[in-house]
Amino acid sequence: MESFKKISSIVTPLDKVNVDTDQIVPKQFLKLVQKSGFGKFLFFNWRYDEHENKKSDFVLNNPKFENSQILVAGDNFGCGSSREHAVWALLDYGFSVIIAPSFADIFLSNCFKNGILPITLDQKIVEKLQQETGTVEVDLENQTIKTSAEEIHFDIDSYKKKILLEGLDDIAQTFQYEKEISEYEKESKIPSVL
Amino acid sequence: MGKTLFEKIWDSHIVVEKQNSPSLIYIDRHLVHEVTSPQAFDGLRMNNRKVRRPDLTIATMDHNVPTTDRSLPILDQTSSVQIQTLEKNCKDFGIKLFGINSPNQGIVHVIGPQLGITLPGSTIVCGDSHTSTHGAFGALALGIGTSDVEHVLASQTMWLEKPKPFEIRVEGKRKNPHAVTAKDIVLSIIKNIGTGGGTGTIIEYRGEGISDLSMEQRMTICNMSIEAGARAGLIAPDEKTFDYLRDREYTPKNYESLVDSWKENLKSDSDATFEKQFTLHIDDIAPQVSWGTNPGMTCDVTESIPTPDEFSKGDVNQKKGAEKALDYMDLESGTAIEDIKIDRVFIGSCTNARLEDLIEASKVIKGQKISPHVKAMVVPGSQMVKKQAEEMGLDKIFINANFEWREAGCSMCLGMNPDILSPGERCASTSNRNFEGRQGTGGRTHLVSPVMAAAAAINGHFVDVRKMDLS
Repeated sequence: MESFKKISSIVTPLDKVNVDTDQIVPKQFLKLVQKSGFGKFLFFNWRYDEHENKKSDFVLNNPKFENSQILVAGDNFGCGSSREHAVWALLDYGFSVIIAPSFADIFLSNCFKNGILPITLDQKIVEKLQQETGTVEVDLENQTIKTSAEEIHFDIDSYKKKILLEGLDDIAQTFQYEKEISEYEKESKIPSVL
Repeated sequence: MGKTLFEKIWDSHIVVEKQNSPSLIYIDRHLVHEVTSPQAFDGLRMNNRKVRRPDLTIATMDHNVPTTDRSLPILDQTSSVQIQTLEKNCKDFGIKLFGINSPNQGIVHVIGPQLGITLPGSTIVCGDSHTSTHGAFGALALGIGTSDVEHVLASQTMWLEKPKPFEIRVEGKRKNPHAVTAKDIVLSIIKNIGTGGGTGTIIEYRGEGISDLSMEQRMTICNMSIEAGARAGLIAPDEKTFDYLRDREYTPKNYESLVDSWKENLKSDSDATFEKQFTLHIDDIAPQVSWGTNPGMTCDVTESIPTPDEFSKGDVNQKKGAEKALDYMDLESGTAIEDIKIDRVFIGSCTNARLEDLIEASKVIKGQKISPHVKAMVVPGSQMVKKQAEEMGLDKIFINANFEWREAGCSMCLGMNPDILSPGERCASTSNRNFEGRQGTGGRTHLVSPVMAAAAAINGHFVDVRKMDLS
């Protein structure tokens, strides 16, 4: 995983609540066996009509937001299916920060595993950020979001911050606890399946 | 201070505990399927890692398998590649696979309990959000993403922030338990607490309304915990739980001694505290029908579709969501639910495709024909369910009513295989999600119980199944 760098970008406002992972990547694109190339499927049914022409009223199709790396969404973002393809699609499309008043649990966990920074902020601050037209700077090291008008602090768990900043392979991290895992297994009362 | 059932399972699975940070939790059972695993196995290969405990790992193929004749080749090339990839991965890494022609093939959340793989007090993960189903047995069962699938394959553990315990009490008795089902209970809960109401929590379902339920009904309840946003849902095991798992193909040899320890340990202490609580009284609840594009957008079959204002109760964003949902569903506020005509009926999914579901639905349709404008299908949750149903003659009841009788799989719940709705088609579905396009691009899903789906199939529109004779 690549280490998370400071991001400077305009924000893409996605003014919807309860955006589920079926909308982020529809099911017909889940059959691929690799992690790459999902960006073109992001929000597919919202971006394209039945003839696969771009829908002009969807925010991602507005050229203004073409190079945006920050998505600002509504409450309960990423609910539903556990499909990590949703995160791969957001990342491949170019988003590395997602800001919302709340996230679904599995989606949140999937973000951290792939180097996307999800930031949970108060509803009112999120709504204000959705109106922001200038460049916004997201600094994970200092846990700040800078707009032309203000500096907003955000919270993040210190372990997750470290994983993102250093781009750590968390399986390698876990292997440092080999002794603890083996000891647990010796005591475990749940039998094998087979 | 006492502990909740969830906290007891959590505490007994901590490998490494850190203050104010995720803990490393041991995983007793890992269920694997074809859609969310290929990238995880690739990750192992790239890093030269092996599967730590193949003996705690089981695989099957369910999400994109065809439900038609299995002796024929799979026409969809990408589906076929995904299925072959799982076969190769299981072979390379030494994992037991219930493949497409196995008598044990089926939806992963149907076969786990059916084979005695799911156990009380255990931790279970699967790369699928409906893993919460297994919580019906008093297991801590979590849906995970593909990175965590890889992590569990490699280490048999995962890092988890401790969720908060949420008590949902279901009190009272249903007047007509054949017509008002577990599906109606869980939809009523989600309607009340909302699709984000359980975020960050583990729900423990308790009370008379839960202990009265059979194991298969309890699975329907726990299955939909994720639709309320919960990390998992669980129910303390009792004699029904222990009886269900006894003498299954993979029930552990020392089962009775395990039961003794489960009886002693697997319940919340009387002085345990929950961070959140909600109570549902079920004496008078009605069959539920969803009208929108998330499971919280649900009402009684006797009601009319609410206005966005009525639904949102002053929340501007929820109101916008409801307006958009009505537009997508091509419905108007004020329309009576019973006046909504349907084109398709799907009885299936990890929510409602077990033997009891098929028995109950068959009672509704026995000796009748489905409406000539409706196409209907039954997709049993597993090949074993299919076989048991056929031994009871249920297949004939469905086929005589003009239902299609299919092979087991996830099928039209998520439409990864050829079983999909056409744009604009409206479906009464026993599945778990009514998201936009879930059952097919442009398709419109109404979530209902198996008996409500069967009644809709016959009538061509929703009807209150309480009016029918289900004895």
